[in-house]
Amino acid sequence: MSFLSGENMTGGYGAADILHDCTIAVEKGEIAVIVGPNGAGKSTAMKAVFGMLSIHTGRVVLDGTDISGLSPQDRVKAGMGFVPQTNNVFTSLTVQENLEMGAYIRTDDFSETMERVFELFPILKEKRNQQAGELSGGQRQQVAVGRALMTQPKVLMLDEPTAGVSPIVMDELFDNIIEVAKTGIAILMVEQNARQALNIADKGYVLVQGRNRFTDTGEALLANPEVRKSFLGG
Amino acid sequence: MRIHRNVLLFAGMFGLLAIVGFGQSWSVALTIFNLCLISSVMALGVNIQWGYAGLFNVGIMGFAALGGVAAVLVSKPPVTEAWSAGAAGIGLAIISLGVTIAATIYARRKLTGRRRSLVSFAIIVAGFFITRGIFDPSVSAIEAIEPAKTGYLGGLGLPVIVSWAVGGLFAAGAAWLVGKIALGLRSDYLAIATLGISEIIIAVLKNEDWLTRGVKNVAGLDRPVPREIELQNTDWFISLADTLGTNVISFSSIFVKLSYSVLFAVVLLAIMWLSEKALKSPWGRMMRAIRDNRDAAEAMGKDVTRRHLQVFILGSAVVGIAGAMLTTLDGQFTPGTYNPLRYTFLIWVMVIVGGSGNNWGSVLGGFLIWFVWIEAEPVGAWLMDVVTSGMSEGNGLRDHLLKSAPHMRLMVMGMILLLVLRFSPRGLIPEKGGR
Amino acid sequence: MTDILNALILFANFVLVPATAYGAQLALGALGVTLVFGILRFSNFAHGDTMAFGTMVTILVTWWFQSMGVSIHPLPTALLALPFGILATVGMLLATDRLVYRFYRKVKAAPIVFVMSSVGVMFVMNGIVRFIIGPDDQRFADGERFIIKARDFKAATGMAEGLTIKVSQALTLGIAVIVVIALFWFLQRTRTGKSMRAFSDNEDLALLSGISPERVVMITWIIAAALATIAGTLYGLDKSFKPFTYFQLLLPIFAAAIVGGIGNPLGAIAGGFVVAFSEVTITYAYKKFLRYLLPENLEPDSLVQLLSTDYKFAVSFVILVMVLLIRPTGIFKGKVL
Repeated sequence: MSFLSGENMTGGYGAADILHDCTIAVEKGEIAVIVGPNGAGKSTAMKAVFGMLSIHTGRVVLDGTDISGLSPQDRVKAGMGFVPQTNNVFTSLTVQENLEMGAYIRTDDFSETMERVFELFPILKEKRNQQAGELSGGQRQQVAVGRALMTQPKVLMLDEPTAGVSPIVMDELFDNIIEVAKTGIAILMVEQNARQALNIADKGYVLVQGRNRFTDTGEALLANPEVRKSFLGG
Repeated sequence: MRIHRNVLLFAGMFGLLAIVGFGQSWSVALTIFNLCLISSVMALGVNIQWGYAGLFNVGIMGFAALGGVAAVLVSKPPVTEAWSAGAAGIGLAIISLGVTIAATIYARRKLTGRRRSLVSFAIIVAGFFITRGIFDPSVSAIEAIEPAKTGYLGGLGLPVIVSWAVGGLFAAGAAWLVGKIALGLRSDYLAIATLGISEIIIAVLKNEDWLTRGVKNVAGLDRPVPREIELQNTDWFISLADTLGTNVISFSSIFVKLSYSVLFAVVLLAIMWLSEKALKSPWGRMMRAIRDNRDAAEAMGKDVTRRHLQVFILGSAVVGIAGAMLTTLDGQFTPGTYNPLRYTFLIWVMVIVGGSGNNWGSVLGGFLIWFVWIEAEPVGAWLMDVVTSGMSEGNGLRDHLLKSAPHMRLMVMGMILLLVLRFSPRGLIPEKGGR
Repeated sequence: MTDILNALILFANFVLVPATAYGAQLALGALGVTLVFGILRFSNFAHGDTMAFGTMVTILVTWWFQSMGVSIHPLPTALLALPFGILATVGMLLATDRLVYRFYRKVKAAPIVFVMSSVGVMFVMNGIVRFIIGPDDQRFADGERFIIKARDFKAATGMAEGLTIKVSQALTLGIAVIVVIALFWFLQRTRTGKSMRAFSDNEDLALLSGISPERVVMITWIIAAALATIAGTLYGLDKSFKPFTYFQLLLPIFAAAIVGGIGNPLGAIAGGFVVAFSEVTITYAYKKFLRYLLPENLEPDSLVQLLSTDYKFAVSFVILVMVLLIRPTGIFKGKVL
């Protein structure tokens, strides 16, 4: 039994199903990556795990409890953090205020968590009083991840965190994500840059048309000639 | 099935009018009927904007008032002395204003940066003072001529019925201006801009005495139908009344009102026919497509803002026509009586209650709401009488309630709008096909 | 030299002081409109009548206090009644939200439906106010009327021109400053205030962060009610209370909110003063002012009034139009409507 798992999920937005019997799972301290061609239902699978789309078959289990019936907000309270692909920071709020808003549901003292985030992303400490909208793309992603970390989640989900950033920034972000995983958080992310993502992944899921096509360790997938040919461009 | 229901609704409406006819008097019933017709035309105009295109116009009052001005400017005889005293000056002032605007636009196109702002500001200031310098003396000259009787330029001395078309043109012109500025931005802006322009139109009409005599009003407008007194002295009319076995005097009043009804009905039917035609044409289908999914329509290469401008102008023109008809029926132009409750809000209630997007619905709404508005007054007063009957004469609360009864009407209309919007947003006669 | 001083005093007396007070009133009104827009994302046409409603309750309570002989002389009794007016207005707005707007939020209705229902609310409120207090002018100012009287000023300075500062004007400015500071402190420093800004900035992310939209909306209405009642009462103290005037205030208030950049509180304040000063300077007759400044042979014989006071709404409208044409986001870059 994995720490977080979406099991046999089938569902979609309207009448037509996008996901078909799709299973995704991740352990504590592990990085799981969902890759696949455009329109494979990668983001949809993640949103299903987070409860932003209804599944009529299958279930989502977190730490042994079935959370299929919870709303996204309640899943946040249950220990899941989510970083959307776009519009993932409050642009008119300062970096520090963004982090404070991330901790909105917490009633205890969260200054220690904020320090932890600042340790992880030192540049944010420097720019704590700047508006998030004024930051560069990579820094914004750091704010977005930091915001999600403020609830001290047990699982962090990232929807294409490296979309639209330069290769250098991408490497930096992946380093950050590894750091986060080392703290014992389970990380589930959807990635367009499949090769680089699988490089850091403990587990990889290749989805095609809403179905699991390959599931293996990141290393194994990178070595699999079929995966290389069809999904990694040779 | 639905047609059946609609026929019943209209039959019921005429039944209500007949009850007034039998119960109160046919003269009253016809008065209500005539205003029902005009209200329906206005509601049609608003429906063209809201129902076809989803444009929210909060300035119906202003467009109706422009129609009223047209009635004055078309039908009143020209005041020749005033013309010779100041018309040239007014004309020159208008030209000067035009030149100022043209020069400003030219400067804004040709220059950039700080120079642009400075030059356009200088042009506006200079233009303003030159225009005022020509305008003010002319206005004083015009207003000095028999201020108690005229004191304005007068009109063209044409038959008042011409003004219905002119009223439409005036309203269309104002709509073009507002639409040019506010359309294409977020929908709230059109609402705010129309609210503003209508307040300004009324302010102008109240204060520019040289044009409309302002709050001194213009009475005794030309009539498109004969006067009662003429009829009472006409042989064929007297003999007609004889054959019908009615009193000549009361019959003359009813006859005049009926003549108005015929005229208004012709206009209503013509606009109705055109609107229905337009709605069913490819143009109408495109309008609704834009309304229902603006982004998709835009992606298909439709120039949404342009279409919106078109429909906004058309709808406002219809409101202007109705405004001219209303002033014609009143026989006088009284800028002080335009208020947004009666001229903007009530029309909205008509459109929403009738069924936005459906022309027949707007007509029915025009009839029904006007009827309710008029009849609510005696009913409200009666209700207050009943409520306060237990209180003693001279009781402060009783006096207050009796005096406040008219304001109840407003509240009730507001409630009706909110309730229909919430619980039956498609109205009495829903749009065919539906949203 | 004295001529120049006299001209300045004249200008201060008829333009500077009244426009400052009026600007503060508009700013408070525009703040309410801008907050509602920022959170609920529609232009609230009922705001003018909300001001009228709040002021009406304040007036009724003022009269009640006066009848009991309660007073805080030299300040107007209305200040004592103001909290009651605010409370009643809060109740009113929360009720309208519950009965009208909440449903449309739930079904995610188009913005224009909100605007339209706010017009419906406007007329209902208008009806209630007229029903209860009547459509006529009401005066409810009591206490000391002037801080500086023109006559005393003249006697003290020996100038030909006098300067009048009314208690209501000083109160307006003082209260507006306090309210604005409190509001900004709330928005910038408190957790709830920050959550409102976050919600206004990015609704989806706010939901994801566990910010409750219903709570944010409720607080917005409470603040809007307080701002509207304060603005309305101050306007009423300064001029007089008439329901229709409050309805008409809607246009300058919208103009102020949009000029400053709608959704931006700082912009609403700047916009209030821009509109007020434009209105007053453009409708002021400069004849006497110029007579002090110009040599005798150049003295004007007309009023030298750029626009008659009847057209003061045109000023708001023209400002509005210019902003729409040149810079739709407003001075302070609000949201594009």
